[in-house]
Amino acid sequence: MLTYLTKRVFMMVPTLLGAAVLIFFMLRVVPGDVVEVKLRADGGSATQAVIDAERSRLGLDKPLPEQFATWIGGLARLDPGESMWTGKPVVEEMGIRLPLSIQVAVMGALIATLFAVPMGTLSALYRDSPIDYLLRVCSLAGLAVPAFWFGMVIILVLLWLFNWLPPVIYTPFLVDPVANLSQLIWPALVVGTRYAAVVARMVRSSVIEVMKEDYIRTARAKGLAEKVVVVRHAMKNAMLPAITVIGLEFAFLMGGLVVTEQVFNLNGIGQLFVQAVAHRDFILVQNIVMFIAAVFVVTNLVVDLLYAAFDPRIRYR
Amino acid sequence: MTAPDILGPENVALPATDPASAVPTGSTVARAARPALLTVDDLHVHFVQSSGVTRAVEGVSFSVRRGEILALVGESGCGKSATALALMRLLAKPAGRVVKGRVMFDGVDLLALSEAGMRERRGRDISMIFQEPMTSLNPVLSTGEQLMEPLLAHLGLNRQTARARAMELLTMVGMTDPARRLEQYPHHLSGGMRQRVMIAMGLACNPKLIIADEPTTALDVTIQAQILELMRDLARRLDIAMIVITHNLGIVARYADAVNVMYAARLVEQGGAEAIFGRSSHPYTVGLIESIPRLDRPRQARLATIEGMPPDLMALPSGCRFAPRCPRRIEKCQEDPPLETVESGHLAACWRAAELFAGAGSASPAAATAASPQSFADAAVRVSVRDLKRHFTVSAGRRWFGGSATVKAVDGVSFDIRQGETLGLVGESGCGKSTIGRAILNLDAVTAGSILVDGQDIADKRARDVRRRTQVIFQDPFSSLNPRMNVREIIGEALAVYRLEPDAPHIEARVQELLGQVGLMSYMADRYPHELSGGQRQRVGIARALALKPSIIVCDEPVSALDVSIQGQIINLLDELQQTLGLTYLFIAHDLAVVRHISHRVAVMYLGRIMELADRDELYRNPRHPYTQLLLDAAPVPDPVIERRRRPQVAKGELPSPINQPRGCVFSTRCPMASAECSAEVPPLREIAGGHHVACIKVQPC
Amino acid sequence: MNFATALSAPPVRRRGAWQKIIRFAVAQPLGAAGLVTVLVMAIAGALAPYIAPYDPVAISFGDMLAPPSWEHPFGTDNFGRDILSRILYGARTAIIMGLVSATVGSSLGAAIGLASAYFGGLIDLLIQRVVDIFLSLPIIVLALVVVAMLGRNLVLGFDLNLILAIAIPVVPNVARVVRSSALSIREMAYVDAARVAGYSTRRIIFRHMAPNLMAPYLIMLTAFIAQAILLEASLSFLGLGVTEPSPAWGLMLAGNAVDFYRQAPWMIIFPGVAISLAVFSFNLLGDSLRDWLDPKSRLR
Repeated sequence: MLTYLTKRVFMMVPTLLGAAVLIFFMLRVVPGDVVEVKLRADGGSATQAVIDAERSRLGLDKPLPEQFATWIGGLARLDPGESMWTGKPVVEEMGIRLPLSIQVAVMGALIATLFAVPMGTLSALYRDSPIDYLLRVCSLAGLAVPAFWFGMVIILVLLWLFNWLPPVIYTPFLVDPVANLSQLIWPALVVGTRYAAVVARMVRSSVIEVMKEDYIRTARAKGLAEKVVVVRHAMKNAMLPAITVIGLEFAFLMGGLVVTEQVFNLNGIGQLFVQAVAHRDFILVQNIVMFIAAVFVVTNLVVDLLYAAFDPRIRYR
Repeated sequence: MTAPDILGPENVALPATDPASAVPTGSTVARAARPALLTVDDLHVHFVQSSGVTRAVEGVSFSVRRGEILALVGESGCGKSATALALMRLLAKPAGRVVKGRVMFDGVDLLALSEAGMRERRGRDISMIFQEPMTSLNPVLSTGEQLMEPLLAHLGLNRQTARARAMELLTMVGMTDPARRLEQYPHHLSGGMRQRVMIAMGLACNPKLIIADEPTTALDVTIQAQILELMRDLARRLDIAMIVITHNLGIVARYADAVNVMYAARLVEQGGAEAIFGRSSHPYTVGLIESIPRLDRPRQARLATIEGMPPDLMALPSGCRFAPRCPRRIEKCQEDPPLETVESGHLAACWRAAELFAGAGSASPAAATAASPQSFADAAVRVSVRDLKRHFTVSAGRRWFGGSATVKAVDGVSFDIRQGETLGLVGESGCGKSTIGRAILNLDAVTAGSILVDGQDIADKRARDVRRRTQVIFQDPFSSLNPRMNVREIIGEALAVYRLEPDAPHIEARVQELLGQVGLMSYMADRYPHELSGGQRQRVGIARALALKPSIIVCDEPVSALDVSIQGQIINLLDELQQTLGLTYLFIAHDLAVVRHISHRVAVMYLGRIMELADRDELYRNPRHPYTQLLLDAAPVPDPVIERRRRPQVAKGELPSPINQPRGCVFSTRCPMASAECSAEVPPLREIAGGHHVACIKVQPC
Repeated sequence: MNFATALSAPPVRRRGAWQKIIRFAVAQPLGAAGLVTVLVMAIAGALAPYIAPYDPVAISFGDMLAPPSWEHPFGTDNFGRDILSRILYGARTAIIMGLVSATVGSSLGAAIGLASAYFGGLIDLLIQRVVDIFLSLPIIVLALVVVAMLGRNLVLGFDLNLILAIAIPVVPNVARVVRSSALSIREMAYVDAARVAGYSTRRIIFRHMAPNLMAPYLIMLTAFIAQAILLEASLSFLGLGVTEPSPAWGLMLAGNAVDFYRQAPWMIIFPGVAISLAVFSFNLLGDSLRDWLDPKSRLR
């Protein structure tokens, strides 16, 4: 197991490195950058000299591989540079926004999983029943409804029914749990909906597949109660692929955050990313992307470990 | 329970075989006099789907006594599995349902029981063993957990007692080191071992009846023999009634006391094993028995076959269901014949049953004109394989820096195939026969050695024309045809690509010609593979191969996936084509009787090496290598009288893993004649008599 | 010769394309409903210039924020623009953007996946690594990166770079699925038979492998059209997709709408419903296609 763990950790490095190379060079493929946007936005006319000076200050005139090396070196020291737009260190910009986004993501994932796994299972066991149809329609709806619209609708409904809006200022959980939750529960719900839909569908199809397997027939032939057959024999096998999906989709939650934070006016990583893209602030963009890629890779690792822990075919090879 | 006497070197022990039990005539009579444990009365099972109603079982009645082995025989779709599932009330809901009938088991009608009542009996009084041991055990639960489940659920034992009993059960089914096996997971066990675990689970609560649905079909021949011997032994000793479902008449002849023959959801003949085989009274039974290639008779010129195909169960003909294919049909067959007695305890559903009964036994096997043995010694060598090796590395599990192991799929094989002859390549799984076939077809690269076709090395890039002379017929009729091409396109592709015909009308004409040659009607050309039966698809595969005008055809298990009654048709076709077109075959198979019928010479392989190579008749008449002898022993003959007299030697142990090949002679670990010298060096293939080669140091030249 | 073999088989009724569609509709009613909805939207979008009651960009200060009425069945927005008309024109944008991006992305992805599977070895390994890296990012993040890269590029009223931004994230997803399907097809005996017959690689790929990939490809295509529509809406919402004054559903929910939706909820209800309905229908269609084309179910 330890060798497996070590091997997997080693494998992370080339993947992350590859991602870094890709994102770095992708962003610099097309001419035009933040300096132009910053200095020429709103019709301001800056002279070429000023632009060049700004570029030089930001280190944009150095050859690309050198810029790349600087960045990677900085990443290793956890100092990936400064935002081209605001000038503040990236670590600072991201740091103040991370707790909020993480909290929303985790809350969303929890709510979603707690809801989706049982629903998916029931849907599979009572296939083609009204419950099944209801769940399938709801899952599809959850996938179809745009997150930002869903958020708006929630706000509208809160307004109409309770004449109340979620607080706008962020208070950390430890400072004031009630205010914190009353603000963040709604974006968590929105982000969790899509997640729940994906997980529920996955669990449903996984359980359906497992119930068709030969060993389920064997279990029934032994005269075991149906409940035992489902819980003891089917679920353990069905959850294995579901674990993979639950893990991977968590990393994709961040995609949902991008629009959801906009709707609820939350100052999180998602908002930061959108602003960075709008400003063509490459340094910020590439660092946030690296962060997301890193989250994905680490989640992958955790999922693989869980899989290995639960599947005896891997554990006891 | 006493531990078995004979222990093999591998993980598996032999059951104690009592010589007396090989001649059970006395006990058969005693058994027949006992009251029936299970009586099935007029069972009807339907499957209802949106596309229609399939009448899977219609009006089946039979009974089984304790200690008796009843065989339910038939081909795919005849309803035997549906019958078994109906008895256990395990039919797939909601489609499957029992619409009529009674099943009296130990005084209780199983069909009338509540689900809870049935569940009590399932696994406790009646157990079922399924066909696929590889998928019938839950991969995430340990063997012990799964074995103890029925004990805990039905007998209410505590865990300690259950564990002890589980160990006992494993010993009973011949597994050594039961304590370790209990902790292991199914993926640690081979197919044979998993089937033993299934049997152990079936025995757990001392059942009165065990139903085994094709329990050995997925296993290798030598392992099959072990498992079946075990099952018979247990049935006799523990006085358990057994229903064995199979399509293999040899198994029926060797093990069954009573036989039910099913066709198209009906029982067509029923009786004791000797009566069914010796005095068959239904044309289908007669046809089945006659169409099987046999090891105990001289090779016939042609296999007797049953024409046509089984009917579609959703659109059944009125009257006798076998009539469309029956060589003995008469006017009256438009009326459905009832199951009637021909002699005591023997029933048949045919208007001409009495005739058949009277005539049976006197008729010599049909078309017994033995094919004259041919000698090919003077013919040109078409394929020449020298010292062929195919090794590949597999990563041994998830260890990154750990070992990668070498699998020696083929390890030094040499032979020639001459013009017009058929070389049969026979062996169990992992012996390398398919690998050799693929190598000759240039589908996979070889590690060492050479393959020459007509003197040219096929690995040479420029040898394209030579390679084209070798074509293939595959085993699986389902995956061997492109589902998106119709028959015309499949057969005609080669003609178009290589411009073998100048234009479309000529191509069409040739396609029709080929269809005729393989026995398909011209309108088949428009059909797609999913609209054809297995046998028809194989014919299309043959036509496709023929389109390229090959001289050599590699037949990779071409009939293994087909029903018995269809196998004969394809074998006859291949035979015919060889005569008319002068083809040379490499025939790969695991069924000894089939290989014997069609081959001129036969090579027996084991773990990547040839053990014995000889002319067909010589090999079967005078097998010298111990492995060949074991193989022949393990294959039962469809004649209970002969089977009663045989004392087959059963192989010891499991097939070794191809990663850890035994040192020296690869067969030494299981060989009854093995000694220390056998592990010292690899025995070369030596000629001990004219054309007869054996790779064994214990065999002396004659 | 064995003609009897063939005689027993019942003749098969050949099914035409129409009958196939009808059978599909009967077997998969939900899918049929999805298909119909999609077609209605497409037609509505195509005919928008003829059936929209108002010019979608015509500003009318007198009619600002008017609730739904006979004159304006969906109401008006804060510029007095008729929402129904904007929705109809928006259907055009959504469906065209969705179709084009998804098709471009899926086709490229399928080609890459197929090549990767057939050639195997080093090429496969390399492509897989790159695909894996791309797949480690959520689709919208990848799309935004492309937007950051490229900026805007209008051609014939359609933002080509936006199409690229939506198509590119689709490519690795499709490549992965097609690759694994292609790998399993490569193991099939009929591909081996084609190799034994000595056919060229090109023939084997296009005549034998590709047609059997149509089913998974079609299913994925519908799913990604749905994704593309959603993605376009999200990007427009963020102000980084289609921009004013072009009518686009996502755009109708962005910016100003946020300020006004409390007073005029119809400004956001209808565009949101439109997006959801479009995506939902395509997903429904894709799901039903998958069930229907599943070779194990033999429901053809």
